Parts: sequence; structure tokens; C-alpha cells
Amino acid sequence: MDETHTNHEKLDVAQAFKDSNIQGVLDDLDRELVGLKSVKTRIREIAAFLLVDRLRRDVGLTADRPVLHMSFTGRPGTGKTTVAMRMAQILHRLGYIRRDHVVVATRDDLVGQYIGHTAPKTKEVLKKAMGGVLLIDEAYYLYRSENERDYGQETIEILLQVMENQREDLVVMLAGYKERMDDFFRSNPGMRSRVAHHLDFPDFTLDELMQIAEIMLDQQQYTFDEPAREAFRAYVERRMALPDFANARSIRNAIDRIKLRQANRLYSGGGTVTKEELTRIDAADILKSRVFLEPPDRDVPIETTKRGETG
Amino acid sequence: MRITQGTFSFLPDLTDEQIGKQVEYCLNKGWAINVEFTDDPHPRNTYWEMWGMPMFDLKDPAAVMYEVNACSKAHPNHYIKVNAFDSTRGWETVRLSFIVNRPKHEPGFGLVRQEAESRTIRYTVHSYATDKPEGERYSHDGTGSAGKR
Amino acid sequence: MAGTGRGTIKEGKERYKAGVIPYKEMGYWEPDYVPKDTDVIALFRITPQEGVDPEEAAAAVAGESSTATWTVVWTDRLTACELYRAKAYRVDPVPGSPGQYFAYIAYDLDLFEEGSIANLTASIIGNVFGFKAIKALRLEDMRMPVAYLKTFQGPPTGIVVERERLDKYGRPLLGATIKPKLGLSGKNYGRVVYEALRGGLDFTKDDENINSQSFMHWRDRFLFSMEGVNRASAASGEVKGHYLNVTAATMEDMYERAEFANELGSVIVMIDLVIGYTAIQSMSKWARKNNMILHLHRAGHGTYTRQKNHGISFRVISKWMRMAGVDHIHSGTVVGKLEGDPLMIKGYYDTLREPRTPISLENGLFFEQDWASLRKVMPVASGGIHAGQMHQLLHYLGEDVVLQFGGGTIGHPQGIQAGAIANRVALEAMILARNEGRDYMGEGLEILEKAAKWCSPLRAALDVWKDITFDYQSTDTADFVPTPTPA
Repeated sequence: MDETHTNHEKLDVAQAFKDSNIQGVLDDLDRELVGLKSVKTRIREIAAFLLVDRLRRDVGLTADRPVLHMSFTGRPGTGKTTVAMRMAQILHRLGYIRRDHVVVATRDDLVGQYIGHTAPKTKEVLKKAMGGVLLIDEAYYLYRSENERDYGQETIEILLQVMENQREDLVVMLAGYKERMDDFFRSNPGMRSRVAHHLDFPDFTLDELMQIAEIMLDQQQYTFDEPAREAFRAYVERRMALPDFANARSIRNAIDRIKLRQANRLYSGGGTVTKEELTRIDAADILKSRVFLEPPDRDVPIETTKRGETG
Repeated sequence: MRITQGTFSFLPDLTDEQIGKQVEYCLNKGWAINVEFTDDPHPRNTYWEMWGMPMFDLKDPAAVMYEVNACSKAHPNHYIKVNAFDSTRGWETVRLSFIVNRPKHEPGFGLVRQEAESRTIRYTVHSYATDKPEGERYSHDGTGSAGKR
Repeated sequence: MAGTGRGTIKEGKERYKAGVIPYKEMGYWEPDYVPKDTDVIALFRITPQEGVDPEEAAAAVAGESSTATWTVVWTDRLTACELYRAKAYRVDPVPGSPGQYFAYIAYDLDLFEEGSIANLTASIIGNVFGFKAIKALRLEDMRMPVAYLKTFQGPPTGIVVERERLDKYGRPLLGATIKPKLGLSGKNYGRVVYEALRGGLDFTKDDENINSQSFMHWRDRFLFSMEGVNRASAASGEVKGHYLNVTAATMEDMYERAEFANELGSVIVMIDLVIGYTAIQSMSKWARKNNMILHLHRAGHGTYTRQKNHGISFRVISKWMRMAGVDHIHSGTVVGKLEGDPLMIKGYYDTLREPRTPISLENGLFFEQDWASLRKVMPVASGGIHAGQMHQLLHYLGEDVVLQFGGGTIGHPQGIQAGAIANRVALEAMILARNEGRDYMGEGLEILEKAAKWCSPLRAALDVWKDITFDYQSTDTADFVPTPTPA
């Protein structure tokens, strides 16, 4: 960008968009994440806002840098981490952060066990993230309303300070379940006021989950035959009703177990197999799942909610 | 007087931006960084106080600036330096070290001479700062603003 | 040792019949020999007399630098003589130099006493350089096996520990030789030491031939110099040093002077190359024992390192000195008044400073050399360099070097302190710019000019020496030896 601009000089927004190479990131996001229309729209809007903000600053219209801290709410497996990574790339390409790394942390990484332990721990994580993005998963665990002297409060205070004073050095993204995050913001208004963008990640629909499953299978060079597809649809429907359902992550785990059953079936069958058989998933591989037993039983262990990942 | 230890003491005091660039140079080399401070800059005072532990695996100079600023705030009238450590075999030592903060008034050093036999002189470099107990040195400067970094 | 492919070597009764036979036939030429990891290897540039077969000349050099004499002796047969014979195993014509050959010769480790440069050199350069069958002979390079290096102490201090003792990191050290080197009284001499160190240099230096003459006896020099050192240290808060030259007629005198330097609290003493390898090794052991940095001035080396066809390459001297154990050694400036091809000098500097050097024919390094953790020697660049060349010096010589600006400090129009300030400011500005990622070679002058805006001593230095060319390319034309590609 030139240093001097007149009022009537034409600024090419399309060119600036192209130069920033944001489209590539948005395309990646489309490819990686099924559905999530509302989230993708918000990301586009944020990207457009940041691009224009940069143009405005380039011509000297604004000096202040916009607040970039964000909150991503949604159940596990709805794509929050993937979006955080892509958002970091967008911020990096637009020059809002110096590096495109994302450091993921939870309460355990930030809060200490005894007096004097928390501040250095929190600072160490903050320093590693500086220049890029700090993603705090299940950020509400930092705050325990039942215990005023919980060390998490110290972490929150340090975080707030850095979020306010070093906005050009660190972008903080908070992630977790929507209701709990809302509670967290209610109890910590300081935190709420420093977060500019709130994105809610809806659960995937049954059709979207089926689409996700097909993509995952395709990537690993497996296919459902028609009865298997129907069986899997029935499986997902039942699985969604279970309390620990984790969206795309549950689908990934289910496919991993189905592959095991398929292998076991081929092995115990003995004899020879064709390439087609090695690729194909049968309905039987799916129907053996315990979600088909009555009453519904836990087929899967309680899934950890450390990171939301979708394929 | 102005003590001239450290790599850049003959230049005007470094700005935050200049410090950041030097830190970035060190991080790009994979060196760990630490911040140290003292109120006794005797040339043989090897061990200044550590402001926290050396920082490993950092990606961005902002993290170091964060500690430099915190240290300057806590010790505005002390000498503060940034050190970079190289763990490569054959080095395993400091590779860059420069002062980022100094007291407003630097009292300097006296040279104490003890005349010994046959014209020999035994020299002692004496820190005027140490005429006061640790913690009270430079206190006449007040606790106001840091010496301009 | 059944000789396949050696054809001409005579064996048994025929080999040991009294009389004279060619060296090749005595077993000093073995083209199939594969050097062992524990062999010492030497590379000679041989210029045989007219009509002498180069392989025979190489065999003769191998023979004369190991076990042979001019005639057959039956007493060879009382020894494992085949082991003790050095073996010439490869002879290549020197490209572009008709009549000259590179001869590779391997020596078994058992030929050498552990930890003795005197013993090594008595073999390798002992007799053979006067040998009639060759017109000229130059020792170009050597490969020292790790097993042998482990028997040497190496530098008493080394770059890392020197920097830790001085508390100076991330930049070249600055020095100056006191001028005029002869004639100053002790008191006047110490004044120059003080002014230069007070201004901002890290070291000052005695010159090679200042020992204990009538105008200034050594004790006076030591006492006045140390007063200057300590005054400057107190005035700056930095550790400073003056290389006190302890070179003297006998070891006893040298020890006496070194002890006195130690007593006075000097961090460094100095010796000249002319005191000899054994004296150097003695002083090295003394320096290690007394926590002293040992500076070596390479006085006299030009008599045998300068001519391409005869003598010893300085890179070999560098290797011997790293083994013998010195902490500083003068090794060229590239851009100063003394000759020095940048590529050759890189070879010397790498030899002194690297933990391992790969084969690099353009730098004159014919062998891969593992330095077996011997400490690093700090090269010293001295002679006709000034602040205006700072970017070139940093580019060619790196940051682990002592830059000595004698004239460039003492000859400054505003005085010695101003000269030192100019050098230090130029240096720090250049390091700052380099670390910031700037193209400091391309923008060198600009960087200096900018610093000169607020530093008048640097302004004056640039003005006085402005007629010195900044076109560094012109120094890059030295005619280094065209070298063969490795087999």
C-alpha cells in the first residue's frame, strides 16, 4: 500500500482480498467442514470486516486495532478447533497476528495447585502463544463460583490484562458448551466485554452426519454398500440420542470400530478376499454395535471433550 | 558514568521495537531467553538476579517484551539485561546479552589501590552502589519512571 | 602385507640386499593403501627435480619423513617396518601448475609421541624439506586422527570460556596494538593502554618485539599497563585486558614474566610464534593452570607460509596451534593491509573455530577434520583495518574474532579515546543491523553514516579514512590454488 492517499483515489477491494489469499482459507474450511452455514457466514463477515478495517487503516482512517478475541460455543465435535485454526490463518494473512500458530490450553495447563503456582503457569502458556492465538477449551472451568479462592480467578485476571493491553500480541479464543459459556460470561463481565465475536456452532443434522461419514470413509478408501448405509443411518439416529454424543467425533470413533469389525469378519471367514471386499463395509459390521441392543447401552466410552475435531 | 557492559551499550538506549528485533534474531536461532536484573553491576558480578526462569520454545518476541516490561515495572531503577542461551554442542553458553534498562543515576566504580612490595599494586574495583545495602541502592532516585529504555 | 597392485615393491632377500634402490621399491609408494581412521595424513605439494618420477618423489618424501635413509639397512628387518613406513598413496598433478603434484601420505599413529608438536613436526617437516630430489616442497594440509588429538590439551581457555570470563557476547572483540611499538617509556605506554581501553576497546596489545629493552624494561611495562587496564575497567564497568608479551630468551624468564602478569591480575598474556613449539606448549599448560588467556602473535610465519611452492601452509600452522593450545592467533584480515585471500582465510578461521570441518577444496581444506572437542581458538585480525570496513570485517570474519585497530584507534584525529569510540560504535551498529536482518554488507556504509550522525568520533574516522576503498569485490580476486575435485 502507498503511504499517501487522496479522498478520491480508488482502492481495489477485490484486489486486496485476492492479495490477502483469504479465499484459499475459506475454501479449505468449506472442504473440511460439512454444513455449519451460520458459522461460515460469520467467518466470511469477520474476514470482510477485517479486510476493510485494514484498508481503512492503510489510508489513515482509523488507528485503533479492532478487538479480535472470540468465543466459540457448541457441543464437542462441531468443528470449533478447526475453525480456530482457520481463523488464525485468516488473521495472519490479514496481518493481525504475526504468526499463525494456535496454542490450545485447558484449565490444567493454566491453573496451579498451590499459592504462587498459577501466575507463572499461566504466563508461560501466554508467552508460548504470543504472536498468535491462544485457544482455551472449556474456558468456564477457570471460574468456580462455589470457591472464591480458587486459583482459576488469578488466571482470569492475568488473561484479562493481556487481552486488554497486548491486543496486538495475542488473540484469545474461548471454546466450550454454550450454556456454560453463557454462565461464565455472566459471572465474568470483564471477559464478556473483551470478546468481540461470539460464534455458536450448531449440532450437525442427521444428513450432515451421514455426509461427514461418507467423506471420512472415502478418505480412508472404504465404502458402504446400500444396506450398510441404511444400517449406519439407523446407528447414527440412535447414537445422537445418547447423552455423550459428540457429533463428528462420535462418527469418527464409530467408523474406527466398524473397520475393526470388518477386518475381524474377513479374517474369521478365511480363504481369499477381493479388493472389493477389502473396501466394502457390510451392514453386519454396523449392526453388531451395542447401540442396537435394548435398552440402549453405552457403545462408546464417555468421549473426552478436549478438542472438537471433525474430518 | 554509563556502564558499557552488554552488546549495545555504545548505542543510544534501544527502543522496544529494537529490543524486539534482537529477541526475534535469538528466537530464530533457537536460543532460550532470560531476563536478569541487579543493583550491583560490578564487572565481576556474574550472577544477576533472574527474573523468572529462562524461557524456552518461544515463538514471538512479544513474550520476552512482556517479561522485560514486568521486570522494568518492578525494578525501574535497576540494571536489566536480556540474555540468550545457545544449547548447541560446542557453545552451550550465552550468545547475546544486552542491557535494556538502567538506573537514572549510575554511580559507577572506584578503583582501590593497595600498595604491595616492589611497586606492585593490588587493584580492587569498588561498586559505589554497594555502599548502601541491597534493596536500598538507587532509592534516592525515587520509584518513579524507569530510566528510558 | 601381501602387495597386490604394488608390482614394483621388492620383497625379502631382494629388498634388503645392501645398496641403493628407489623409494618406491622400498614400500613407500602404495597406491592401493586405504588410510586408517587412526592415521595421520599429510598432503604435500611436490615439485620434483627434472626427470624425477612424481611417484618416486612422493615415496621419497614419505620415506624421509618416516623410517627411510638413503640406503638399504638390514636392521629394518628387526622391526615391524612395514607399519612404520609412511605410505604415499595418491599423487595428483596440481591443476594449472605444471611440474607440481599433490602427494597424499599416511603415517601410522605409532610413529608419534602423544601430545608433542615437536615430535610431530620433527617427522613431518624434519629432514625432508632439504631433500635433493625435489626442487620445492610445501606442506599444504594435514588430517589429525581423533585418537591423536585426544593426547593434546588444546587451547587453555577457548572462545566460550574467554567470553564467559570477559562477559562479552554476540560481537567481535576489539583490540589495538600500542604504537609506536618500540621506544615508548613505561609511563607513556600505559597512557596509550588506558586511553584505548577507556574509549571502548576490550583489549590492547604489546607488539611482537617488545620484550625488555633499554627504553622500557618488562616490569615497568607490566605495572604501567595494568594501571591503565584497571583504571579503564573501573571507568567502564567492563572487564578489560592488555596482552602482556612474556616472550623472552629462556623458559625461566618467560615463566617469571607470566607469573608477574598473573600476580597483577592480568586476564591475558602473550607469546610469539618464534619461541618454538615446545615453549608454546609449556606456556599453554601454564596458562590452563593459571586461568590465563594465551595470545599468540604469529611472528616469523611469513618466512615459510607465504610462497605457494615451498614451506608450510598457514592452515597447517593453525592446526598445530589449536593442538598445542593457544587461545588467540593472528590469522588474517581479508580487507586490511596484509595479503589474504578471503577463501583461504575462511579455511584458517574454520580450522580454528569449528568443531568439525568438511572437505572444502576452495578453502584449501583437503580433509574432513573432527576436532575431538578441542576448544576453539579466537582468530585475531590485525593490520590496516579501520571502522569504515566494519561491515566487510563482520561479513568475512564473523563475530568470534578479535578485530585489532591499531592505527585506526591511535591515529584518530580527535585522540585515542575517540578512535576507540568510533570503532566500538561502528561495531555495535553493524551487529544491531545484522541481527535485525538487514543486508549489512550492501547497506554497510549507510549504517555507518547513520551512526556517524550522532557519533562525531565515527564521523571523523570515516572522513579521515574515506579514501580507503569500500569496494570489497576487489579483494575477492586473490589467486587461490586451483584444486582437484576429490576422487
